[in-house]
Formats: sequence, C-alpha cells, structure tokens
Amino acid sequence: MSIIEVKNLSYVYGANTPFEKKAVDNLSVSVNKGEVIGLIGHTGSGKSTFVQMLNGLLRPTSGQVFLDGADIWAKPKEIRKIRFRVGMVFQYPEYQLFDETVYKDISFGPANQGLSPDEIDSKVRRAAKFTGISDELLDKSPFDLSGGEKRRAAIAGIIAMDPDVLVLDEPTAGLDPMGRNTLLAQIMQYHKQRKNTIFFVSHSMEDISRVADRIMVMNKGRLEMFDTPRKVFSEVERLGKMGLRVPQVSKITSELACLGYDIPEGILTVEQAFSALLSLLKKEGKL
Amino acid sequence: MIRDITLGQFIPGKGVIHRMDARVKILLLIAFISLIFCAFNFASLGLVTAAVVAVILLSGISPKMYFKSLRMIIIIILITSVLNIFYGTGTPIFEWGFIKITLSGIFRAIFVTVRIVCLILVSSCLTFTTSPTDLTDALERLMKPLKIFRVKVHEIAMMMTIALRFVPTLLEETDKIMSAQKARGADMESGGLIKKVKALTPVLIPLFVSAFRRAYELAVAMECRCYRGGDGRTRMKVLHMKRIDWICIVFTALLLAGVILCNIFLPTVF
Ligand SMILES: Nc1ncnc2c1ncn2[C@@H]1O[C@H](COP(=O)(O)OP(=O)(O)O)[C@@H](O)[C@H]1O
Ligand SMILES: [Mg+2]
Repeated sequence: MSIIEVKNLSYVYGANTPFEKKAVDNLSVSVNKGEVIGLIGHTGSGKSTFVQMLNGLLRPTSGQVFLDGADIWAKPKEIRKIRFRVGMVFQYPEYQLFDETVYKDISFGPANQGLSPDEIDSKVRRAAKFTGISDELLDKSPFDLSGGEKRRAAIAGIIAMDPDVLVLDEPTAGLDPMGRNTLLAQIMQYHKQRKNTIFFVSHSMEDISRVADRIMVMNKGRLEMFDTPRKVFSEVERLGKMGLRVPQVSKITSELACLGYDIPEGILTVEQAFSALLSLLKKEGKL
Repeated sequence: MIRDITLGQFIPGKGVIHRMDARVKILLLIAFISLIFCAFNFASLGLVTAAVVAVILLSGISPKMYFKSLRMIIIIILITSVLNIFYGTGTPIFEWGFIKITLSGIFRAIFVTVRIVCLILVSSCLTFTTSPTDLTDALERLMKPLKIFRVKVHEIAMMMTIALRFVPTLLEETDKIMSAQKARGADMESGGLIKKVKALTPVLIPLFVSAFRRAYELAVAMECRCYRGGDGRTRMKVLHMKRIDWICIVFTALLLAGVILCNIFLPTVF
C-alpha cells in the first residue's frame, strides 16, 4: 500500500522574476509503507526542494502530494497536522537548536502537537534513547554539545514527534566516519522497531546502498531512475553522466570481474565484497 | 517568502547603466534627486520624468522589477498624495463640510506622487545595476575627502560591505530556520501579538547564534589574510571613468539646463 504518492510535481523558485528556476520538474512517484527510499542526485538537482514538498513546507507550483491517499493541500489551514506525520530533518539540523536544555529542545515538537506532559516525557526519552543521548546530556544546554551530539539531538527532536514518514536531508553530512556509522545504525534501528517509511537524501553512495530498499535518482529536477540499489548501481555510465558514481566497492569488484575473476555482480557493501572475495580465495586454494 | 524583497537587489546585466562607473552613478543619482525636487512647473517635471523613463529603459531591466519596488511603498504614496489634495490654498473647486479641494491641492498631489515615484525608480535603478561591492567601493572613494576630518572612511565602507554581503545570507538563514521550526510544528501565523512574538524565539535564538559564529569566523579569516585596515591598502579593481560616463554626465548637465530654463521662463505652479 502506498503511503506517499506524488503526481506531476513541479516547483519553480522566484516565478516571474529574472531569477526564475525550475527546481523540480514534473515528478511522479509512489512509495510503499515501511520502505526506505534513498534519494541521490548532483548538488542542485532538486532533492531538498522535492522533500520539502512532502510535508507541505513548500507548496508545489503544480501537481499533488498524497499522504495515505489524501491530498495534503486539500485543507491548507491544517497543513501543520501533515508536518507531524511527515517528519523532516533538514540539512545541518543542529542550527535549529534553541532551547535552554536538550530535553526542552527535543520536546518542542511534541509540545506543539498538544500532547500531555506525560506523553511528551515518554516520547522525548524514547527519542533520546534511539539517538543515543544520555540522561546527562539531556540536561545540558544544546550549545555545549559536540557537533555529532548536536546533530543527534536535532534528529531526536523530529523522531520525538513519532512521524509515520521520516525525511532525512543529508543527515550524515559533515560528520566523521565514526559518527556517520553510529548515526546510520541508530536510524536503521529506529526504522526496524517503528517500521516507518524513510526518505534518505545523501551524497554518500556507500550509505545509500547500505540502507535503501529503492533509490530515486534525480537529475536537473527530473526523476531519472527509481529502482533497487542493484539495478541503479549497475548503470555506471548513466550515473557518471549525471556526475554520480557507484559505491567504490562495487566499482572494484566489477572491475575484478572484468579481469576474469569469479565474483558475483551487484556487490554494494564492503561486507558483501568481503564474503565474495573470501569464497573466491578459498576456491583458488589460497587460504 | 522573505526572499521576495527586491529593494536593494542587484541584477547582473550588460546594459549601458551596468557598465557605468559606480561613482558617476551615485553622483548622477544625487543630481537626479535634486532635479526632481527642483522642478516647479509641469514642463520641468515632465522633462525630469522623461529623463527617468529614459534611464529605466536604458537599464535593460524588466519593468516588472521596478513595479515590485514601487508596490512596497504604494501605501506611502497614496497617503501623501491624498493628504496633499486637502492642503491646497486658493478658491475651492469642491466643498463638502470641512473638506475643501482646490486646484492647487490637486496639483500638489500630482507633484508629490510623481516626485516620489521618480525618486524610487532612479534609486532602484542604481541598486539594480550596481553590485553592492561596487557601490561601497564607490562610496569609499567619494567620501575620501572626509578623511581630513578624521572620519574612518575605509572602516565605514568595510562595515557597509560586510553588512550588505550578509543581508542575503541572513535572510536565507532565517528562511531555513523558520522552515526547520515549522517542520517541528511551530505555529508562526496564528495567534495574537504576544503569541506571535513568543513564536519568534525559536527562530531568533538560532539566528543570533549563527550570526555571531559567522562574525567570528569572518574575523579570523580576515586576520589570517593579514587584514589591518585601510592605510596603504591598494585595490584589486580600480574604478575607471569611461566615455559612456562622460556622455551620461553631459546629458545630465543638459537636463539640468533644461529644468533651470523651464523654471525661469515658465510660471511656477504653486
Ligand atoms: N530558496 C531558493 N530560492 C531560489 N532558488 C533556490 C532556492 N533553493 C534552491 N534553489 C535552487 O533550486 C535548485 C535545486 O536546489 P535544491 O533542491 O536545494 O537541490 P539539492 O538539494 O539537490 O542540492 C538549485 O538550482 C538551487 O539553486
Ligand atoms: Mg540539498
């Protein structure tokens, strides 16, 4: 069953000015409940613009967004309700932190939902647990945290609203490799428990190939491909033309296969490559 | 959206006005503004208006942009012109209770309206066709004589450059933070004044934090490049007067002569 369906969506920035720019161009897509959708594309290909239309932060110039079959702009006055159901984590979300303590900041969203204090408390603590924020951190000022901790606190602020659809716009940008892996693992852990739908925008093909069920490839505002990671990353040339590359490990293994080694196609992660190489070496009697 | 504010927005182009020296543009703007206020009869006002229209056409910028900057002050124009209608002297041509409308009142209103509109149009033309850096550069050069009064001309110009440079950045940042807080269900539209002001806290605090961070980073970056103020500093881009600048100066001088002649030989309206 599709939870989000988008029909002929377009967005134009600065319409009727010299700065007019079509950022999203006639995009249609349908996403099932519980799927993790990876979203890749060159800088300026319209990824951020597209995801901001999913929760009604931007109103499409033309086209519609359906959430559970209902047009989200059917009642413009009630667009806030949509924003609680489609949680959106912006790029560099740590810049949105403002309250005295991390706890209060995370509770901003649930409080806006109008929940009771008990419910707010349980949601804040659950979100903090998912993102690995200790009780000690909860009482600190958000401005005293490290970069990675700030990022996780900001993401907790969205998770605390318990959205059915979670949109993450480049959540790992600017983090060190350790921080990236932890954050990614935490998000996937959350996804496993909550079984919610996730849109994951990223520049890192490695991250995307690890988490996504299907990948949307955007180019100049258009949806260029929408398929499984295997299929998408097998189109090396087409991706290259759009300024994108496949995960490094896929490239290495496919080149090894070209050289005549017996390695299966469509390897996307280091773990897969490791076991493929291991069985290859064993077969050749080198181990 | 906040970005839609057009006043003071540079639009790149290659038109005649774009190519002019920014210093000349500023001086000619001052000349035009003085002329607008020195037009005392319809002939001279018409002359100045025609010149303003010519400047706008020469600038090669779509009239839509000019309408946009006019739209922002339409209320001010309306109020002043309506008030002026009632402030005329002489015999009334229309009377109703204490309201008296005279011919001179109507003339006054027309003059005020045309003057404000012309004023906005020429000033917009300057900001549309001149990049903020060129503008402050030119201001610094024009204010150079003030140095003998110990005015810190370079420092003022540098502050203006930085301020102008960061206006769009901060607007963009405000937009982003507002979106981020709206995504968390912040309600900025409804409610009374107090509620609205309170709703701004989640926007203002991150904005101030980031403004201070940017200021600090910029200061460090400038120090790393050994910036130490204006003394003995040479420029990368030196402003040059070209033929086009002289032509424009001559035309403005002709306009000045025309307005003076009109003012001398034709009766003033009020
Ligand atoms: N607020 C805005 N105003 C005007 N143009 C914008 C704005 N935001 C993005 N754009 C333009 O729209 C295009 C798509 O941007 P964006 O959706 O941010 O791409 P991405 O997230 O894929 O890098 C870019 O060309 C960008 O310059
Ligand atoms: Mg983006």
